[in-house]
Amino acid sequence: MARKNGWRGLLGALLAVALAVGAGCGGGGQGPADGLSGTITVAGSTAMQPLIEEAAEKFMEKNPDVQITVQGGGSGTGLTQVMQGAVDIGNSDIFAEEKEGIDASQLKDHKVIVQAFAVVAHPDVGVDSLTKQQIQDIFTGKIKNWKDVGGRDQKIFVVNRPKGSGTRSTFKKHVMDGKEEARGDAEQDSNGTVHKIVSETPGAISYLAIAYCDEKVKTIKIDGAAPTERDIAAGKYPFWSYGHMYTRGEPTPLVKAFIDFVLSDEVQQGIVKEMYYFPVTGMQIERRP
Amino acid sequence: MNVRTKDKVATCMFWLGAGCVVVLLAALLGYIVIRGFHAIDLAFLLGEPETRRAGGGIGPNIFNSFYLLFLSMALTVPLGLLGGIYLTEYARQNAFTNFIRLSIETLTSLPSIVVGLFGLLIFVSMFGLGYSLAAGALALTVINLPLMVRLAEETLRTVPDDLREGSLALGATKWQTICRVVLPCAIPGLITGIIIAAGRVFGEAAALLYTAGMTTPHLNFGQWNIFHPTSPWNPFRPGETLAVHIWKVNSEALIPDITRVADGSAAVLMLVVLGFNLLARWLARRLGRRLAGS
Amino acid sequence: MDRNRFRFGRAVRRELAGFSLSFIAALLVIVLTIAITVFISWKGLSVFFVHHVSPANIFSLDWWPDRPPEQGGPQVGILTFLVGSILTSLLAALLSAPLGITVAVFMTEISPHLGRRILQPVIELLAGIPSVVYGYIGLSVLVPFIRENLGGTGFSLLAGVLVLAVMILPTIASVSTDALRALPRSLKEAAYALGATRWQTIRLILIPAARAGLLTAVVLAVARAFGEALAVQMVIGNKREIPHSILDPLITLTSGITMDMGYTVQGSLWNDTLWFMATILLAISFLFILTIRVFIGRGEAR
Repeated sequence: MARKNGWRGLLGALLAVALAVGAGCGGGGQGPADGLSGTITVAGSTAMQPLIEEAAEKFMEKNPDVQITVQGGGSGTGLTQVMQGAVDIGNSDIFAEEKEGIDASQLKDHKVIVQAFAVVAHPDVGVDSLTKQQIQDIFTGKIKNWKDVGGRDQKIFVVNRPKGSGTRSTFKKHVMDGKEEARGDAEQDSNGTVHKIVSETPGAISYLAIAYCDEKVKTIKIDGAAPTERDIAAGKYPFWSYGHMYTRGEPTPLVKAFIDFVLSDEVQQGIVKEMYYFPVTGMQIERRP
Repeated sequence: MNVRTKDKVATCMFWLGAGCVVVLLAALLGYIVIRGFHAIDLAFLLGEPETRRAGGGIGPNIFNSFYLLFLSMALTVPLGLLGGIYLTEYARQNAFTNFIRLSIETLTSLPSIVVGLFGLLIFVSMFGLGYSLAAGALALTVINLPLMVRLAEETLRTVPDDLREGSLALGATKWQTICRVVLPCAIPGLITGIIIAAGRVFGEAAALLYTAGMTTPHLNFGQWNIFHPTSPWNPFRPGETLAVHIWKVNSEALIPDITRVADGSAAVLMLVVLGFNLLARWLARRLGRRLAGS
Repeated sequence: MDRNRFRFGRAVRRELAGFSLSFIAALLVIVLTIAITVFISWKGLSVFFVHHVSPANIFSLDWWPDRPPEQGGPQVGILTFLVGSILTSLLAALLSAPLGITVAVFMTEISPHLGRRILQPVIELLAGIPSVVYGYIGLSVLVPFIRENLGGTGFSLLAGVLVLAVMILPTIASVSTDALRALPRSLKEAAYALGATRWQTIRLILIPAARAGLLTAVVLAVARAFGEALAVQMVIGNKREIPHSILDPLITLTSGITMDMGYTVQGSLWNDTLWFMATILLAISFLFILTIRVFIGRGEAR
């Protein structure tokens, strides 16, 4: 009996200490009453996640009473959860209108970045620019050898991206002009793996987010335009998409403040560019769903 | 070829087969540990993961793995033990008991991705936990519970019936007998089993992708208010475990040193699982000896 | 007297509490099983009830979930995924079963001492290696090896089968060992007394006698292979097509689910099709359990 009571006492003491410490910390953490406070949850596109995380960290440094949680899960998850009201912001690689099962009229679109992609090939194919038509013919299986587009006599090895990924929808819409690709010789989800296959397989062609384009793969120009800020902003280079932050209806002041922060020059000219995205603020053209 | 030669050939074949398996394990372990060796240093073990620069660590991921393991074990062990007690001490040979056994078998053979999806549906969405350690712990509990019940049942069955009868004859109630006689006898076996199970849970990834999530907020180890979003102890924050991290780094990472991080993480994961196994073995021998001695 | 009664009452209360707690824990296992079955199939079967896809369509090869209706879409045939899962898991079991059973025989008949001292821990450790680690080794060793020596991208049926074969080896070995150990000694002694060699005893007496247990081992292993997700997904290439050779990439049910779950919107046809795939996984694991029960029943009847 005595031993048991001892246990209870100890447990009680521990609890009391934990509570006291918790309360102490909670109290200490409270800053001045002015400024923003509250929590924001963000979920969605895994591609946008690192950027938004970093922006959130900067925002929290400036506003110590704000807590932002950034989760991944994919564009579909982001849109679903913002529709359900489970999160405040849903990140998506593509327009909500293009996702089956989403009532886009309930959502408010905030375009925050431009993500560019590039058609890439194995370095030894002997081609560094293709026309849109040639790319379409390669991916629909009409052209099967690099020599038919002015390169080496080498069979073309097509690496596709899975349906459903934002990269693939953008490719299909803006490069293939809606044409259905042939099944290809391989299909890979992740940028890292696609980069690995293209750099190691002779004759390989695929497409990647430009953050992954380095000297190990050859970045192919489309109709002579390169995936640079200038060509994209001028509307010459077609293979890009927006990164969207969706809110359900009008954002609350706090959420709006965060989105405005992401759109500010500090973020747009800073971490956006560092992460190989382009500022949405510099675009001379605008796309609609 | 006569029967004796055939017998010799067959024996050689069996030795070869056994040898193959030993070599296989040695090769796997050797590969992971040697490759990971160069990646592991203190900065790697304690550092935060980087999203785009080289030099990231896996500190929060290691913490998440252990904390999640603790959370799920805190649920699984009592529940599994009670389930095992029911099956050994109370259950009769009837349809209900048979149904329990069928359920255990079914749960054991469920693919962990299915459990993960169930977690997404129920714990994440329906309970409103979101991607969180709590949801992850519940999913892991679903995976681990049937194993724990079975482990508890098998261990409790090894306790000789004489002991139970003796205790009951001395006037103890059934529950007293279970708590004071049966359980203490079974403890060495239980501890060993629990540690081995812990090793398995530690490496689980598929069930956690859609429950515990693939992100970790910026953790502040000075934050002791466990409901604060940056508190490492907050069970309602998302947390990417080490195993999930290996998967994510390989499939979608912008960092230039993917190989280093993946090698290092795999080695750490492997060493921890190995550690759990060795610990279980060592404890089994020690506790077994002490019990036999006393 | 009073004090005694008080004690007695508390003992009874504890007795009751103990019984109810353990009963509830046991009941929880049943509740969980039912909940998983009901919720997963409720989501999965909505392809029929909400989206009105016909069973013939869902078990077809046409996978065009993103095609607009004017081009004949959306089509959500999952046959490619199902065939992929069946191919990888069966081939893996085919490769792994002989080795696993060899090891089991070694542990029980050839050298029980070495078996206990060395092989038992080795198999336990193999079983303990996390599946992502298997996947990672497959990705960094097996895939480049196949690409350089056999051709293709390396992401292939072969890579998936090899990774799975190693992963299920411990299951086959340990369940077979249990089956062989459970055989009565008299069987073996009788065979030796008749002058049979060890090989003859193993081949003609022990393995046939343990057949039910060995089959159970293989079925359990296939079940494990069938449900494995991440390790397989990392090495098979995930191309939505039925492979024509072992060097072709392919896709399985599990990797189909992990790849598309995040991209798709809850409640859409595509997303519900993924839940249907999960329902299929569930149904197949029920099937495996049933098969094992039949085997064991038959084994006992003998």
